[in-house]
Amino acid sequence: MSQETLTPAVLTVTEKGVSTSRFVDALRVIARNRLALLGLFIVSVGIFAAILAPWISTHDPYEINIAGRLQAPSAQHWLGTDFLGRDTYSRIVFGARTAFIIAAGAVFLGALFGVPLGAIAGFRGRWIDSTIMRFMDAIMAFPGRLLAIALVASAGGGFTSLFIALGLGAIPSNARIVRSAVLAQKEREYVEAARMSGESDFGILFLQVLPNCLSPLLVRLSLEFAHAILAESSLSFLGLGLPPPTPSWGLMLKEVTPFLQLQPLAAFFPGLTISLIILGFNLLGDGLRDIFDPRQYER
Amino acid sequence: MLARYVVRRILQLIPVLVLVSLAVFLLVRVIPGDPVLVMMGIDQDERARITPEQYRVLQHQIGLDRPIYVQYLNWADKIVHGDFGLSLATRRPIVEIIFERYPATLYLAATALLVGLAIAIPAGVIAAVKQNTKIDYAAMGFALWGVAMPDFWLALMLIVLFSLKLGWLPSIGYASPFDNAGLFLQHACLPAIVMGTELAAPLTRYVRAEMLDQLRQDYVRTAWAKGLPSRMVIVKHALRNSLIAAVTVVGLQTARLLGGATIIETIFSWPGVGRLLIDGIYQRDYPIVQGAVLLIAVTYVFINLIVDIFYKWLDPRIKLE
Repeated sequence: MSQETLTPAVLTVTEKGVSTSRFVDALRVIARNRLALLGLFIVSVGIFAAILAPWISTHDPYEINIAGRLQAPSAQHWLGTDFLGRDTYSRIVFGARTAFIIAAGAVFLGALFGVPLGAIAGFRGRWIDSTIMRFMDAIMAFPGRLLAIALVASAGGGFTSLFIALGLGAIPSNARIVRSAVLAQKEREYVEAARMSGESDFGILFLQVLPNCLSPLLVRLSLEFAHAILAESSLSFLGLGLPPPTPSWGLMLKEVTPFLQLQPLAAFFPGLTISLIILGFNLLGDGLRDIFDPRQYER
Repeated sequence: MLARYVVRRILQLIPVLVLVSLAVFLLVRVIPGDPVLVMMGIDQDERARITPEQYRVLQHQIGLDRPIYVQYLNWADKIVHGDFGLSLATRRPIVEIIFERYPATLYLAATALLVGLAIAIPAGVIAAVKQNTKIDYAAMGFALWGVAMPDFWLALMLIVLFSLKLGWLPSIGYASPFDNAGLFLQHACLPAIVMGTELAAPLTRYVRAEMLDQLRQDYVRTAWAKGLPSRMVIVKHALRNSLIAAVTVVGLQTARLLGGATIIETIFSWPGVGRLLIDGIYQRDYPIVQGAVLLIAVTYVFINLIVDIFYKWLDPRIKLE
């Protein structure tokens, strides 16, 4: 029997008599949870829009047509046009690309640093734990949006600094989630068994313990995606994110704000899109939480 | 026990505050360009007009010719003594400017908090009592949508409806509640609704979940069995205990209201610290940015501390992590 089969995640599955993998199991639970299904659907639409943007858009998102500015929705411009006459629908579709790329980058960075830091803090304990966690507390001392604003204000806008600004804010919550999951796991028998079989601490932590901590992390990452999308649009709305004419939902809102009186719909649709996508990720996150029931890992 | 907890929490706070101050200090150092020019608000064109002598004087004046840790210690020493430096734009002491702006932020946060509680507590309680009815679904729908909706979009949509279309409420402006309470309420109405919704959405869910939990407890069943009126059971027994748990959420959200009002204050031209920060960024007035960020972060840390202590005092079973 390989070490792998000894881990509790696999054990629970076998105990339940479920032969299929955990992923299929999860999908089944999602299918039963209607709200989670709705979330999965919204998120999938968003991802497809981002991938297929050049094919499903009806206009060039950068094409300016001053004569046709601030139009209401019509057969030609499904969601109307913005203050430069650009097609709102096409800009929203391309905006999905911007939003997802930045959110993915930020979530990845947050996990890349947050997961190992939390794992080491939880596994090693003592002064290593307190040192790491005090650093995390210091990052968390900045309300989410403030940290991003401050970082982008000093490092400038653009993709890289948005990745860093939004990713840095995600590190502590990842670290905390993983830390408490590791704390819950490290006293388990399989860890003791691995230790007795002479496996190194590094091997035990990253190959045995960490894979069992993925469920609460997955829930967290889904919610962080929503956070990152919201944060990117907030920064772009303030004019601190991506520079124009990038199609970004937040920037689209900022650009049409002076024209609210003339064409409120130009601001309505980009905001509605942000709300829907965030709702999708939140519903999906809630659904995943129901699946994994991470009550034990909750902060 | 509580005293020990408080001391421990405060001791934990010291390294956090040091790191926060270090981060704020370094904030200005990561700005692309020469820190001397950045801190003096001199742009590239003006740089050519400065002689090397003048440059060295400036450098010495701000202390940038010393090693970085000395610079930090000097800066931290000044901050501890309440000296945040001068604003580049107005040459006025930053402490003065910030504390001029702080009341506006506090008044708005307090109003928003009231709005949020006024929505969340009844909505959460009714949703729990009427679990799985249309009222419950409506309350949960509001909670889910409220969390998903970006505050700046809600603000714009409310401006469109109440200011531009109906003309009922102003979209910009401010009056102190002590000078003219009526005018204050008029101006605070829309931003407080936006921020209150932000707070109410997660809180409604939380209050509902806690209420459901409490309503299933034995003591509530006993109260029902004793034949107490339902109003008394719900409000005096279940709600009171649910609110203990809700204190943390309210506290965290309040801290966010004080710290995160940047966008809302900017949209409604509310003269608070949040807008001061954003204006400071637009004007590249970095000392103002530093001061505002530090103040907001420290407020946030202390509110969190107070919430933790208050929570522990309310419910002594809670253990320090």
